[in-house]
Amino acid sequence: MQEYRQEIAALTMRWVRRLSREKFSMLFTLIQPMLFWLIFFGNLFQRAADVQVVQAPNYISFLTAGVVVMTVLNNGLAGGVDLLFDKENGFLERLMSTPIHRTSVILSRFLFVTTVTSLQVLVILGVAFLFGVQPATGFLGVAVILLIGMMFGVGLTAISMAMAFSVKSHGDFFSVLGFLSLPMIFLSSALVPLSAMPKLMAMLAVLNPMTWAIDAIRPLILTGWTEALRPLAIVVLIMLVFDALCLYGSAKAFRRAIG
Amino acid sequence: MEQSVAIDVSKLGKVYDGVTAIQDLSFQIRTGEIFALLGPNGAGKSTTLRILITLLRPTSGQATVLGHDVVRDADRVRRLIGYVPQERAIDRFLTGREHLLLLGDLYHLSKEESLRRIAELLRLVDLEDKADQPAKTYSGGMKRKLDIACGLLPNPKILFLDEPTLGLDVQSRLRIWDYVRQLRARGITVVMTTNYLDEADQLCDRLAIIDEGRIKALGSPAELKTGLGGDIVSVTVGTAAMAKVEPLAASLKGLPSIRSVSTKATGLDIRVESPEKALPAILEAANRLACPVEFIEYHRPRLDDVFVAHTGHAIREEFPESEGGA
Repeated sequence: MQEYRQEIAALTMRWVRRLSREKFSMLFTLIQPMLFWLIFFGNLFQRAADVQVVQAPNYISFLTAGVVVMTVLNNGLAGGVDLLFDKENGFLERLMSTPIHRTSVILSRFLFVTTVTSLQVLVILGVAFLFGVQPATGFLGVAVILLIGMMFGVGLTAISMAMAFSVKSHGDFFSVLGFLSLPMIFLSSALVPLSAMPKLMAMLAVLNPMTWAIDAIRPLILTGWTEALRPLAIVVLIMLVFDALCLYGSAKAFRRAIG
Repeated sequence: MEQSVAIDVSKLGKVYDGVTAIQDLSFQIRTGEIFALLGPNGAGKSTTLRILITLLRPTSGQATVLGHDVVRDADRVRRLIGYVPQERAIDRFLTGREHLLLLGDLYHLSKEESLRRIAELLRLVDLEDKADQPAKTYSGGMKRKLDIACGLLPNPKILFLDEPTLGLDVQSRLRIWDYVRQLRARGITVVMTTNYLDEADQLCDRLAIIDEGRIKALGSPAELKTGLGGDIVSVTVGTAAMAKVEPLAASLKGLPSIRSVSTKATGLDIRVESPEKALPAILEAANRLACPVEFIEYHRPRLDDVFVAHTGHAIREEFPESEGGA
């Protein structure tokens, strides 16, 4: 157990070190969702969005939940990228030739992605706060938002890592990533509520776990606990199933790759 | 040299997606020796190495490292070995020291032990000055040195090196050979793959020639060369005289000083007991048959000859230099 902790701490520190050396990319991953989605879109669509339709005092407060979950989505889906590079340049082999527990590398990655994502979500909520968005459920609500984000993020990171282990080239990895990310965002309730979508789109959006995460987080920000409890119960169930499926699949991919 | 067995490989086989990478390999590596798996790219030497360091599971047969099975006791094996992968297995954002610190934790060393070994290894591979620079600023030779330091950090009983000098300049190669010899002097068993004949010849105590997934020959460079039987006299005749090569070969075959004769594109390769005795006989025969000899030379068998004799082709046929002259 002592050994396991030592390994995971060292491997997680490596991800932190790498991030801190890549200042440029750190800046962009951090700022992109805030600046682009929240501030630009939030204000851009302020006049276009019908307050009656979005059921919120203004568009930016409606959008906040969507931007939070989008951040989780993007970080999660990109969570396997570093492992992909490790696999391609042989570093993963070097790690695996040491007497570490076979799960340590993966666990360190979960730990790292989850922590970075949570910090980013806090920053987004902070910026939204500066634009007048006050979470209706207070600090406890923020904690619950982080928890939902983590639950969704674990499954996504697992998918991403499974892909990193299975793809033949990193071109494949990035094209699948690009293919998944935007449709996931548009076919969800991130930008428009389900009730305002065309029938077909709404049907597809219901199948998207992201929609359920957003619809649970939104009342935590906009209205309060009474409206949030039911979607919360649903999202916890959905995320448990989602995570179980993703972890099962990625464990298989991992076993195939590592042997 | 001690004769105890460090690695025992028995009937090892690996099939990937229906393609046989190695087949029925059996050999032993002795404690304290430098052992090379020599073969062209794709011969199966890396597959063999990866099975021995527990990164691949064999599909048949078994292998033990210091008595521990590489599949069942994989974790035990990993604690006893060090591994130096091919170049680039380096995180360009980390410094040399950070690489070693990371590995120290992965081998579960205490902080003090880790720092002590790191200081010693950085001195050994002469990287003390650059230890705190990110690896992306390192030259190829420096990366290789860092690789070797990483492989030695666990204080291994056996060090595995995958193509240790691939793509390095001459000076760095000699430097690496030097380290490897130092390791042997410290009692470490070294197992390496290579596709350089001179490396296998000059550095290794014993080697296995691997081709198309099978072992073709096994022994010390000297044994393998003597095993071919005598020196080689190489006779080149003019292109016009190639028709006379067959009669010449036939007339030489019966002579007492000649061991064997084989025809090649430009003339004959003749194995002889002693070239001093055989040369006059060969020239005399050529004269008698009016076969004009353009060029004649003899040499002790080289590892190249061993390789060709056992595999039927040169180690690097992709380079067109071998068929020049016509």
